Amino acid sequence: MVKSMGLETENKEIENNLREIARGLLKEKKVDVIIGYMEGTLPLLSQPIIIDSEEDVEKLIWNNLCYVNLAKYLVPRVPKFVNPEKGNLTVGVISKGCVGRGLIHLASENKINLDEIKIIGIPCNGVVNRQRIEMEIGEKEILEVSVFGDNIIVKGKDFEREFPYDEYMNDLCKTCKIRKPPLVSKSLDLCVGECEEYSNIVDDFSDISEFEALTPEEKWNQITEELSVCTRCYACREACPMCYCNLCFVDQNKPVWFGKTTDLPDVFVYHLIRAMHMAGRCVACGACSLVCPMGIDLNKINRKLEKIVKERFDFTSGLDPDVLPPMVDFKLEDAQEFALEED
Amino acid sequence: MTEPSVETKQSKNKEWEPKIIAFLCNWCSYAGADLAGVSRIQDPPNIRIVRVPCSGRINAYFIIKSLTDGWDGVLVSGCHPGDCHYISGNLVARRRFAILKELLEFFGIEPGRVNFMWASAAEGMRFAVLVRKATEIVKKLGQNKKFEKKW
Repeated sequence: MVKSMGLETENKEIENNLREIARGLLKEKKVDVIIGYMEGTLPLLSQPIIIDSEEDVEKLIWNNLCYVNLAKYLVPRVPKFVNPEKGNLTVGVISKGCVGRGLIHLASENKINLDEIKIIGIPCNGVVNRQRIEMEIGEKEILEVSVFGDNIIVKGKDFEREFPYDEYMNDLCKTCKIRKPPLVSKSLDLCVGECEEYSNIVDDFSDISEFEALTPEEKWNQITEELSVCTRCYACREACPMCYCNLCFVDQNKPVWFGKTTDLPDVFVYHLIRAMHMAGRCVACGACSLVCPMGIDLNKINRKLEKIVKERFDFTSGLDPDVLPPMVDFKLEDAQEFALEED
Repeated sequence: MTEPSVETKQSKNKEWEPKIIAFLCNWCSYAGADLAGVSRIQDPPNIRIVRVPCSGRINAYFIIKSLTDGWDGVLVSGCHPGDCHYISGNLVARRRFAILKELLEFFGIEPGRVNFMWASAAEGMRFAVLVRKATEIVKKLGQNKKFEKKW
């Protein structure tokens, strides 16, 4: 990330580039529709937009509030982009690093066909932690959000506050190593815009080492305190590009596996099993935490999953569609230090 | 008629004994448990056995559901890696358990609550030894009260 330019100009540049690419693709009919971000209806929000003509290109934006993972709009649960005469449409997706990873990982699970997709890569500079800002502002209504220099400026009726972006960035963005979508060398046609080839991503996971060092009791207390406000709205599930099951385990009622109350044990189990299902699949977009209406921070859990998978299976999700995800693969020589052995 | 001695009363609630639910695969560990029985090898009576076709059949749900239902410990046992009746069921299961074990620990469940082991049909002795070991670990941790509902 080039810091010297200032956040504002950086965003502007990314936005101009992506509009230019989008216009070109639509003009040359390389894609039929483009999914991107547009201004939200409320400050501190952005919303996805699907465009199919050149005139609408100006609606596409990039700023640090574009936290939705657009890969979600291509999962099997969402209706496909189909033209009755032409069949499946080619979809261009404005991709920051984690959107590109999401698409590639979905392809490795055979859920989407990469031939029908174009990844329009942009060099993401992270997204803002919306909840944290909202929490600090409190009850007051936010009327305007703008970027000046490297600060996020939030204005209301009788207040104006500056939030340094470095500090108020989403936690997963702070540790993100994959800001541009991964380049899939096999199909060069797939990626346009800024993509990058990644090999040997070095990550020391120092951000969760402090939590890991706690005793089980302390961990339990911290985790349950965080989760205790969960209302089971499943916004995290709905925003997650990897949650595409037709019937989620918590919705299953034949048999009823888990309680559906908001009691701590039930909430705990939901988050634990969801984490289990995310192992080796989470693409670290942070959408789950950023859509949470209660401001629950799931980033720590996602980081832990990334760590387990990296250390045990040397796998990073969403880099190569031809590599099998760890949970559908196995090796005879996998580590099994956790199994009981005779002394 | 003699009065019940103080000793019997004491021994009745002398020591708390954990209840452990054990998921054993049909082809190796269940037979191993059987062998331990017919060979008259003493093993702790704390485990309650659920027979499953393969350790690959064991969903993470089973384990967490057992914990939320109040079992003090969970024991999962399958064929040795490479010996699976279904060729690779336990290899798939092993990856699943590896992640579950680390996640449970991260979420603050004591690491010893959920134990995994391998025992073949010919290892009655090993089965008894490991069950004893697992029981001791769980006993040390005490009762599982984390998932008690408040009302």
